[in-house]
Amino acid sequence: MYKYDEYDQQMVDTRVAEFRDQVRRRLAGDLTEDQFKPLRLQNGLYLQLHAYMLRVAVPYGTLNSAQMTLLGDIADKYDRGYGHFTTRQNIQYNWIKLEDTPDILAELAKVEMHAIQTSGNCIRNISSDQFAGAAAEEIVDPRPYAELLRQWSSFHPEFLVLPRKFKIAVIASETDRAAMRLHDIGIKMVKNDAGEIGAQFYAGGGMGRTPMIAPLIREFVPLDQLITFSEACLRVYNRYGRRDNKYKARIKILVHELGRDEYVRQVEEEFAHLLTQPIEPPLAELERIKAHFVDPGFDANASDDLDLTDPDFRLWVERNTHAHKQAGYVIATVSLKPIGGIPGDATADQIRLMAKLAKDYSFDELRVTHAQNIVFPHVKKADLYTVWKALDEAGLSTANLDTVGDIIACPGLDYCSLANARSIPVAQKISERFGSAERQAEIGELKLKISGCINACGHHHAGHIGILGVDKKGLENYQLLLGGSEGADTSLGQITGPGFTEDGVVDAIEKATEVYLANKEGEERFLDTYRRIGMAPFKEAIYG
Amino acid sequence: MVDVQFRFREDEAVNDPAVTVDAFSQQTNATAVRIEPGDDARDLLPHLDRLALVEVSFPAWTDGRGYSSARILREAGYAGEMRAVGDLVIDMLSHLRRCGFDAFAPEKALNEEDARNAFDRWDNVYQATVVDGRQAIWAKRHPA
Repeated sequence: MYKYDEYDQQMVDTRVAEFRDQVRRRLAGDLTEDQFKPLRLQNGLYLQLHAYMLRVAVPYGTLNSAQMTLLGDIADKYDRGYGHFTTRQNIQYNWIKLEDTPDILAELAKVEMHAIQTSGNCIRNISSDQFAGAAAEEIVDPRPYAELLRQWSSFHPEFLVLPRKFKIAVIASETDRAAMRLHDIGIKMVKNDAGEIGAQFYAGGGMGRTPMIAPLIREFVPLDQLITFSEACLRVYNRYGRRDNKYKARIKILVHELGRDEYVRQVEEEFAHLLTQPIEPPLAELERIKAHFVDPGFDANASDDLDLTDPDFRLWVERNTHAHKQAGYVIATVSLKPIGGIPGDATADQIRLMAKLAKDYSFDELRVTHAQNIVFPHVKKADLYTVWKALDEAGLSTANLDTVGDIIACPGLDYCSLANARSIPVAQKISERFGSAERQAEIGELKLKISGCINACGHHHAGHIGILGVDKKGLENYQLLLGGSEGADTSLGQITGPGFTEDGVVDAIEKATEVYLANKEGEERFLDTYRRIGMAPFKEAIYG
Repeated sequence: MVDVQFRFREDEAVNDPAVTVDAFSQQTNATAVRIEPGDDARDLLPHLDRLALVEVSFPAWTDGRGYSSARILREAGYAGEMRAVGDLVIDMLSHLRRCGFDAFAPEKALNEEDARNAFDRWDNVYQATVVDGRQAIWAKRHPA
């Protein structure tokens, strides 16, 4: 994985010094909270209901074990012994003291980590496919391109005060594991007819209160124009994105209001102009970055055999592992969704244990997924049982990946000052209701996502089943959506009808799964059945 | 008029009264213009040769359109004074510099020492904006 050189280290160290100075001026009263807020946000520091929350960037979701270990140590030293992995492959701490944050950032800098631009109206952490470099079907490893974009977007002077936040995802597989088209810019690395690698650009996707699937804006951007084209996309947005209403300020609204064709025309015009400016790094820079992402030293003779006599292990292997490009290896996902637990939370000990296992058994690498789980990207099949045993002892062996128990949930009203309703207790109740392994196996793949307000941080629009918490006359109320998807077949969920109480929505989900099981044909997933039979039978069962 | 607190130019300060972008194209003798966030800086491109001062207004520092306006004019070859005016904050000074600003007239004077530190904060930069004349880190990594 990527290793900082002296320049990268200096940039991060400088940022720590800058932030320390900002905190000093805030604590001295030279900065008011109103003045400080946009500055601290660019360092991932939010003021929540009870305390400050610090969001630490995990660029394109890739970590080494030293970094992961430190994340555990920070949870112990500065928080309450746990951390929360987020839907943008980052980690956040919910109980942080303002005066501690410069020291936390200094500790992070020592392991090449930071909190730069993890919030605020700027280009956020670049996300990617959690199976990058390990998946059998990828065209190239998308992470070198994500790293190139990370450096370009870090402190980009023209784009630090955009109309609104800006999220970029880069993938390089047909299978989309990063919800690429639900980003402000989605980039898919592709190969053209001449066999050259380039970038396909999508723009104007997003969730929030007006969910949109990003349209294609360019089939192929050559690698030596990647930064220039990105800059053109951002400049048009910075100049013309709406600033009169924060709910209409995302690029999706601009693309929608201008129309895709007009946005493309403006970007192409700006792009033609910017090509006259020497702003593009040479391909040698991409090659330098790529050298950091070469395959680890796989054992070419690794055995493909796996002893599945332990039934619990077998269940976990079936549910939580994926084929690796290298024979004798698998990709293993650790579910952070134990039955009745808080989705995405891990204790300091669990974080350090995963770090150690990655060091010993996954070439020192881990990934954070946008579904708030952790991946060991390169595990030798011969080691898999040992890894599983250790996870099992730490309460990390839940075999529920992509099932109804593998819920994405935002922090909700338990932490967040924007929320209208709690998300976590609903997630816990659903995970308990569907807790048995048999039940989860019967229902199979079912992606369930919960947001505690219309900002949609829990991706409810993109869930096979989505839940949206709203405030109804002072009471928490939950709307149910069906049929969303974030994959290559991206679609937005439709509301079933009137909302429910907390218990009511759990009952309604149970009824929806019954309709699925009664109507399922062959190997259909919940989503497939829903798409075939439509909303009506579900509505009838839920409200009838 | 708000005073210029920081200036990074050797030439004589221009103090012609700035007119709006609309008025500037009508008044053929005007030499100073004031760009508001909603103005299109490219409307000025036909008149660059008679411009001696461009003021870019920041009614709120969190509105970043002025960064693009400045850089666009510099990219087009404008070499006169580019003055940021309005709600300027210390922490954005170096980024304004990178987009081509060389004069700063904050509506409330900034702490001198904090501001000087902020201008000098970044020894290196990840991007080439070209208009600030600085070499990007990638260029230092791959000397021609």
